[in-house]
Amino acid sequence: MSTHLHLKSPSKFLKSFLTVIAVCLSFGAFADGTSLRGGVLNEEAPAPALKKILETDGNLDRQFVDQPPLIPHDIRGYQVDKNVNKCLSCHSWKNAKKWNAPRISVTHFKNRDGKVLADVAPGRYFCLQCHVPQVDAKPLIENKFKPVESLD
Amino acid sequence: MAKELFIKRYWKMLKRPTSVALGLILLFGFAAGIIFWGGFNTSMEMSNKEEFCIGCHEMKDNVYEEYKSTIHYSNRSGVRAICSDCHVPKEWGPKMVRKIQASKELWGKIAGTIDTREKFLDHRLEMAEREWARMKANDSQECRNCHNFEFMDYSEQSNRAFTLHEKAQKNGQTCIDCHKGIAHELPDMSHVDGWGG
Ligand code: HEC
Ligand code: HEC
Repeated sequence: MSTHLHLKSPSKFLKSFLTVIAVCLSFGAFADGTSLRGGVLNEEAPAPALKKILETDGNLDRQFVDQPPLIPHDIRGYQVDKNVNKCLSCHSWKNAKKWNAPRISVTHFKNRDGKVLADVAPGRYFCLQCHVPQVDAKPLIENKFKPVESLD
Repeated sequence: MAKELFIKRYWKMLKRPTSVALGLILLFGFAAGIIFWGGFNTSMEMSNKEEFCIGCHEMKDNVYEEYKSTIHYSNRSGVRAICSDCHVPKEWGPKMVRKIQASKELWGKIAGTIDTREKFLDHRLEMAEREWARMKANDSQECRNCHNFEFMDYSEQSNRAFTLHEKAQKNGQTCIDCHKGIAHELPDMSHVDGWGG
């Protein structure tokens, strides 16, 4: 019975054999390949140096109209939890003027059903889900993204 | 009779001590003074050390643990501000006042007022407000021992920082007015002036 099967599926055997060869070959190819970060892939590359947060006077450009604007200042140690939201201590409507900071826009008061709430919507409370600071890191692969005309 | 005489004699001796005795008294007094003062100062310094402050788990497990990730613990230039740099005045008078106040904290330790994380958090706002009030009252003296409006090079600061520092200086504001929670986590700030969103 078993011999019968064996004889009946030479193509199956060939397939798995070829797969093994292919996998081995591709590993070989990778072993030769160099990482985009420099060094070869099968060796642990040294960690790149930490980069400093980019601090700019004024805002960073937006690339598309709905983009959450990037944070142009350092945020080390800014506490956002149930006790306090450090971001809102500057960016809330009440406090923004005192700090010359832009206010959160009305969208931040809308909950997921589009209902406008009396205070920041829960879905917007953790600012860093959408807003992030930048470091001066060159992209590893050239980015061909172009902003829409109105922002270019 | 003889007793009276003895007292008289003794009185005379005190009134007109021989120069040797006088010298001895002075010398002893001087030495005792040095030892006493030195010892006093040493114990003051000892109680200003970081090891002393985190000798109790209330400080070590709460405020110290939080402070370790902040810039006053670890930074590019390797200057560190330890507990006493911010919480104990450097001038003698205010320092003594603060040290005497600290004896109240010993009672707290004995009574176990903040001996768990939960109890600590329950008291955090109250303790923080006390410290903010102290700093506000002395114009953030401990901050200004290192950071001073007058010595700041505004051209090295971002526009944001220097505009606000200039404004604060003009309005007579002090460091702690804005820089709360820089070395430890903040308590519930919803009722603290200028914080509630
Ligand atoms: C000490 C006050 C302060 C705090 C705290 C603060 N910001 Fe800001 N932020 C500012 C100021 C001032 C600006 C305006 C920058 C400028 O014009 O130079 C700004 C700019 C921004 C912008 C850019 C807005 C735009 O339209 O481009 C974003 C986004 C932002 N902050 C997010 C945050 C987040 C998120 C946090 C909390 C992690 C935070 N900020 C905490 C003061 C603050
Ligand atoms: C779900 C994603 C999201 C979260 C969370 C979020 N934002 Fe935004 N934010 C946006 C987007 C998208 C925009 C740009 C479009 C707009 O204004 O709604 C924006 C705009 C802003 C602006 C610029 C407003 C203006 O008028 O130019 C500020 C400032 C800002 N956010 C601050 C904050 C702060 C502070 C928080 C935290 C309390 C926060 N955001 C949370 C997505 C988010």
